[in-house]
Amino acid sequence: MSRARADEEEYWHSSKFRAFTFDDEDDELSQLKESKRAVNSLRDIVDDDDDDLERVSWSGEPVGSISWSIKETASGSTSSLDGRDSSLQKGSSSYAVLPKQGSSYSLSSLFKGELCFFLSALTDTGGKSYAPELRRPKAEYKDYSSDWSPKDTVRRMQRGKVCSLERFRSLQDKLVLLDEAVAGHDGNVITAVLIFLKRTLRREILFRELEVRQVALCHLIHFLRETGEQKFLLDLLRFLDRTEEVAVSIPRSLNVEKRREFLKSCIGLPFSAEDTSHIQDHYTLLERQIIIEANDRHLEMAGQSELFRKYPRKASILNMPLVTTLFYSCFYHYTEAEGTFSSPSNLKKTFKIPDKQYVLTALAARAKLRAWGDVDALFTTKNWLGYTKKKAPIGFHRVVEILQRNSAPVQVLQEYVRLVEDVETRLSLATKYKCHDVVIETYRDLKDRIQLIAYKSKVERGSAEDEKINSILNNMQIRWKN
Amino acid sequence: MAAHLSSGRVNLTALREAGRRELREFLDKCAGSKAIVWDEYLTGPFGLIAQYSLLKEHEVEKMFTLKPGRLPPADVKNIIFFVRPKLELMDIITDNVLREDRGRSPQRDFHILFVPRRSLLCEQWLKEQGVLGSFIHREQYSLDLIPFDGDLLSMESESAFKECYLESDQTSLYHAAKGLMTLQALYGTIPQIFGKGDCARHVANMMIRMKREFPGSQNSIFPVFDTLLLLDRNVDLLTPLATQLTYEGLIDEIYGIQNTYVKLPPEKFAPKKQGEGGKDLPTEPKKLQLNSAEELYAEIRDKNFNAVGSVLSKKAKIISAAFEERHHAKTVGEIKQFVSQLPHMQAARSSLANHTSIAELIKDITTSEDFFDNLTVEQEFMSGIDTDKVNNYIEDCIAQKHPLIKILRLVCLQSVCNSGLKQKVLDHYKREILQTYGYEHILTLNNLEKAGLLKPQTGGRNNYPTIRKTLRLWMDDVNEQNPNDISYVYSGYAPLSVRLAQLLARPGWRSIEEVLKMLPGPHFEERQQLPTGLQKKRQHGENRVTLVFFLGGVTYAEIAALRFLSQMEDGGTEYVIATTKLINGTTWIKSLMEKLEPAPF
Repeated sequence: MSRARADEEEYWHSSKFRAFTFDDEDDELSQLKESKRAVNSLRDIVDDDDDDLERVSWSGEPVGSISWSIKETASGSTSSLDGRDSSLQKGSSSYAVLPKQGSSYSLSSLFKGELCFFLSALTDTGGKSYAPELRRPKAEYKDYSSDWSPKDTVRRMQRGKVCSLERFRSLQDKLVLLDEAVAGHDGNVITAVLIFLKRTLRREILFRELEVRQVALCHLIHFLRETGEQKFLLDLLRFLDRTEEVAVSIPRSLNVEKRREFLKSCIGLPFSAEDTSHIQDHYTLLERQIIIEANDRHLEMAGQSELFRKYPRKASILNMPLVTTLFYSCFYHYTEAEGTFSSPSNLKKTFKIPDKQYVLTALAARAKLRAWGDVDALFTTKNWLGYTKKKAPIGFHRVVEILQRNSAPVQVLQEYVRLVEDVETRLSLATKYKCHDVVIETYRDLKDRIQLIAYKSKVERGSAEDEKINSILNNMQIRWKN
Repeated sequence: MAAHLSSGRVNLTALREAGRRELREFLDKCAGSKAIVWDEYLTGPFGLIAQYSLLKEHEVEKMFTLKPGRLPPADVKNIIFFVRPKLELMDIITDNVLREDRGRSPQRDFHILFVPRRSLLCEQWLKEQGVLGSFIHREQYSLDLIPFDGDLLSMESESAFKECYLESDQTSLYHAAKGLMTLQALYGTIPQIFGKGDCARHVANMMIRMKREFPGSQNSIFPVFDTLLLLDRNVDLLTPLATQLTYEGLIDEIYGIQNTYVKLPPEKFAPKKQGEGGKDLPTEPKKLQLNSAEELYAEIRDKNFNAVGSVLSKKAKIISAAFEERHHAKTVGEIKQFVSQLPHMQAARSSLANHTSIAELIKDITTSEDFFDNLTVEQEFMSGIDTDKVNNYIEDCIAQKHPLIKILRLVCLQSVCNSGLKQKVLDHYKREILQTYGYEHILTLNNLEKAGLLKPQTGGRNNYPTIRKTLRLWMDDVNEQNPNDISYVYSGYAPLSVRLAQLLARPGWRSIEEVLKMLPGPHFEERQQLPTGLQKKRQHGENRVTLVFFLGGVTYAEIAALRFLSQMEDGGTEYVIATTKLINGTTWIKSLMEKLEPAPF
């Protein structure tokens, strides 16, 4: 204790000396000034002089606003190198008066395991000088070296004051200090105390105590993450059995191969059932992508595959989402047998991709390649009698939209518009995409003569559609409803 | 520029002036010419406190944005870094300092101003890089509550919600409490404190403790605020998720308002001159400041968007009529009078032109099919329809790979409106999201779960219908043109948070005890003793002033709803709003998403 005290005193002497040289906040005079200012402060609030007038440049930003000025002064910064010589001279002379701050000084004492927790006494401005309630009570200036209680210590630290934490030697004391810091809700102080504990306690003890102090624990984890102390962090999370966070904390490495290995190592960890399956999938997907990527890059380089030559890959498939991977595989590997890793059906099976999702993706991919035959096959089902039937798990209106987006010809589009079940939707889609046949047939089926006649104006006179309408209108067998 | 701050019931110019003074004092500490290196994020908030002219008066000659590499040459004596305490920024500063030419003469002095607080972590970081000693002044500038408008204060602390609810880091609450102490120092002790939620409780406790720790400093200012209401964002997770339908809310949803500025696509603002025929279309986004200093904006910003068009056309008629007046001006006196009004009329006309253009831009979006579909689903959820099964529209949006944030907003909304989703439904959504957007988003989903936004229903009970009915959160007969209830801001949904404020004023929370218990966190009341001389004797008919502090963020639509209550004839209460951050559903969800490194190729 006494040794610590002596060191402290020595420390204070030196710091006090420096404090006087370039920041006289702490002397009597400044206190007086401060309180005077506080009293006067509320009076001069009223006069707001310099920016009554606000000019606005075309871009809408006020001329003279800060971001505007940054642009302005930055652009002019190189021009006036020697125009201000005289002020420079003046500058350098006053510069000499200011002592240069040595690097041997300040925070180091805490972090390198010396005796004092130091948070720069020099620059404490004492809260807001304009806020009377926040003014420092006189008592605070009284002394520097007495034994503060944990509570006082925390309070002083909150105000950015110097405090020695080394006096807290027993585990008991340290924990009280930590609890006080947590009760103060100031993250800065909590972190400071944690750094002290981390340095002075054995890991197992620190971990054990933090387990019952969740707030402090969160701060430490955050601190470790920010400073990149991976190993310590991992040890902590393992100790706490917070395995899902283990997964969170690492995959910041860039290398794909490492990522894969990491994910593999995660699979065995006791996650919730739901999460485990996602992590397993994530791993399997990446593994697949590595294989596909290697294979396809080779194919592309060799230049023998027409598909790759005609549609060069825009980016590597690594790290892409599952659905994107499926799209890729439907695009480049559609015809492959289910046995290959890159075939769409294999992906569908492995990842249990729902029908809807699969059809949507395959449709988009095949439509992009204008492989209308494949599109057709996608929706064709055979029943046991061998009849074929068209079925779409996503609704044919969606099929039409996707085809249209890939600029499918009217003949193709028409076929699917016809399959839209809801009459209203079918009509509006058919009208929108100019599938005349479908519109005409639908009106015929609705026995809506008036609409059909009206539609005549939309088709070209003498065209096949025009004739079709005429022949329907002349058909005596139809019993029109209007 | 600051006139709009004094237009409200409480003159917030005083707060701004206090901030300016503190800034001047710091600048004067670094004697001689200076250059400021800005953390870009800070320029916006600082712009609300001070203009460049103030800095210039205090010998700031150059300003740069913080970026790695060598600092630009500037013949100044001091280089001051204005930064948030973030480690990545410390790395940039380190780089700047290390590359400084040691041979230059005279050498430049370095200083750091941390905003809003110094951080031990950052200073340690600088120390480890071996540059801490290069800084002469290391100080903090407590920009806690920044005045945004005559009735609006924000701390602009982006991550406050995430820190409080995901990381158990309550530093931002500590700042909120400090900000409130500053406010009390300027505007008097607030006699009554109400609150709902854990964070509210913490802040109230800290305020009471801070007051106790300065027993000698009895404040002798006559109290301006009668009541402080502290509200946790997690008491009302629903409101920010819904699409705001007020004019200002929609501008924020679509273009994002930052520190009262919005950037808009320039096409609609091209100067309309004939003959030039779209030759020189401006390519830079048009930047506009939005606050109550602009008369027209103050009038329309809180209206439902559907009511904005008619106001604009009415104004257009008035203005053109005013310009027509010139034909009737016959005598010299009349002409003189007309001319004297011209500047005002010109300003009104350009303001009208701007807002007509903005309204057009917004209308293009609100009339789109997708906006309508999205809104329909939101309204179904909020009125309690089909919240317990997988929603078709959401599935379609996932299949079409709509922006992930949009999906998350909808799924979270559904979860909140159902007091959690059935496990099967939740699993289904999660799977679809992960398969379509990538497995790495599992971290984001976990975060949303931790924050209570997306969760499995526990105990099979759905409390939301009870809460909805008791607090009348869904109003079927909403009047968008001439509203008679706050539900107009979401065209039917009355924001829960504001309902709580409304019910507190009248008839008091005692009437809704049961519902309060269903919402998370404690509710409480505290009184701060005032010396006898300062106790208010209320004039008959004088309104009470309540400060509502949203811990974790507030939306423009909620602000609009509170302003609506302030203006109610028989309301009896006027509101001033404070928050940790102005948010909307998108920025809020974004702040909760796990930041993923860019794909490694």
